[in-house]
Amino acid sequence: MAEKVLMKGNEAIAEAAILAGCRHYFGYPITPQTEIAAYMAKKMPKIGGCFLQAESEVAAINMVYGVAGTGKRVMTSSSSPGISLKAEGLSYMAGSDLPCLVVNIQRGGPGLGGIQPSQADYFQATKGCGHGDYRMIVLAPSSVQEMASLTIKGFDLADKYRMTSMILADGTLGQMMEPVSLEEAVINDYDKSWAVTGTEMKRKKNLINSLSLVPEELEKLNFERYEKYKLVEENEVMYEEYMMDDAEVCVCAFGITARIAKNAIAMARAQGIKAGLIRPITLWPFPEKVLEEAADKVKGFVCVEMSMGQMIEDVKLATKCKKPVSLCNRVGGMIPSPEQVLEKIIDADKGGNE
Amino acid sequence: MLFYNTRVSFLERGISVKRLTLFAGHYGSGKTNIAVNYAMMLKKQGFDVVVADLDIVNPYFRTKDSEDELKKMDIELISSQFANSNLDLPSLPQEMYRTVQDKSKYAVMDIGGDDAGAVALGRFAPFIKDENNYDMVFVVNFFRPLSRTAEEAFEIMKEIEAASKLKFTSIVNNSNLGDLTTVKDILSTETEAEKLVALSGLPLKMTSVKESLYNELNDKTNNLFCLALQNKIF
Repeated sequence: MAEKVLMKGNEAIAEAAILAGCRHYFGYPITPQTEIAAYMAKKMPKIGGCFLQAESEVAAINMVYGVAGTGKRVMTSSSSPGISLKAEGLSYMAGSDLPCLVVNIQRGGPGLGGIQPSQADYFQATKGCGHGDYRMIVLAPSSVQEMASLTIKGFDLADKYRMTSMILADGTLGQMMEPVSLEEAVINDYDKSWAVTGTEMKRKKNLINSLSLVPEELEKLNFERYEKYKLVEENEVMYEEYMMDDAEVCVCAFGITARIAKNAIAMARAQGIKAGLIRPITLWPFPEKVLEEAADKVKGFVCVEMSMGQMIEDVKLATKCKKPVSLCNRVGGMIPSPEQVLEKIIDADKGGNE
Repeated sequence: MLFYNTRVSFLERGISVKRLTLFAGHYGSGKTNIAVNYAMMLKKQGFDVVVADLDIVNPYFRTKDSEDELKKMDIELISSQFANSNLDLPSLPQEMYRTVQDKSKYAVMDIGGDDAGAVALGRFAPFIKDENNYDMVFVVNFFRPLSRTAEEAFEIMKEIEAASKLKFTSIVNNSNLGDLTTVKDILSTETEAEKLVALSGLPLKMTSVKESLYNELNDKTNNLFCLALQNKIF
């Protein structure tokens, strides 16, 4: 039938993962991401893939570890409390330099919190999640179309750098429906000679392991890994600039709040206030350079977040606190209104923030 | 406001409105939106109607979002006390039994998506069958990824019937692409809708469209239903 389909954000992620060649999904249901698992449960058996509902999140992430070790594309998805459970596995994946895609459709926290949308796992996603020195590539979609395109991108980056890519979205993006066009994904052929695929007695065996008994060697591994992270920081930063050409107030928001920010910017411009938006698409690597450059041009920044203020710390670091940065937030499953954002933009325009 | 393309009420057209109208289908097919609009249409035509939200699956985008609009029209909404809350508890209130037992009122029932959502309907099925005054409507959007064809939709239909212990009696073609829907899009789904009618042996009760497309489609489609109320946050 038609080229476009009407999809929930969660379904778009699932379908895009299949297009990206993912044939292994392991997960455990949790609201508001359950449609990803439900979609995979329906689709995977029809295309020769594997859908497995694990006995827990911990089991699921370790199944991901197993498949990732064979070099196959593999994913899991969850929502905030479930990602906490997967944190140990994510650290092990990083320690073993394994590629995978992890989806977090965030809900309000901490603890069990609630089932309504949130962005309060920014710290968890960008500052580690599990233990040890490591990074994950964190992608923040702000439309159903981007849920699909960034899933495909996420698999590619994971393979390219042998690391975890995380899709960090929220309950609203997961549940809302928008038209999507799904195109065939370009699947790049990266070197996977490290994978455990059976030696057939023809090569030296590969070993997937995060245990290192010699401190000197473990130090070396960490240094090498951070050389790789530096390459990611240099090459993979993604962001969107919206009405920033003449902007005097820069709103900084990702995901669903960036959409609200755009409405607020239109309202501000109607009042003659020159506002614009920088929307980080990669939360790690964080778009530091464009923010620092903006700091030389604007009067101030407004961070719009569905958290108590997490990304704002990275904005302050990136802008080296050259200009005031204020927070506009709602938490606990609540979503900021464009009017609330507008108020902060007006304050920032007067230079009265912080 | 136009609701039906003949501009006359169901009664004037000689179509009998069943006491219970149940909307079920694939999740995201538009059941909730149609249920709310359908109840409002019945109310305007003088029916004493309540809306019952039997969705135990989906915690977001529910009939509860339209509570104020329903209240303004003096339409009672029976839904879980936990709807739109932070608690994901698949429960139904005891008042739900009124919809099947109080035969003095008409009821529009919004059933949860897929077979999983229709399970909740099962416990009311014996009452509904006994009274035998219901229309169970299958809502389909051929732009949804798992119901792109009549065959796929028919499969979902069978799964829902097995879970709910009730048989469908008619079909609504609610094919749309949200804000981007064009008249052409809707017309392009007519073949699949006809195929589904043939496969299931059930009549096409209506084709539902958003208000902005209503006039243009009015002379091209039979039994067009206008979805005047659209709850949209973003």
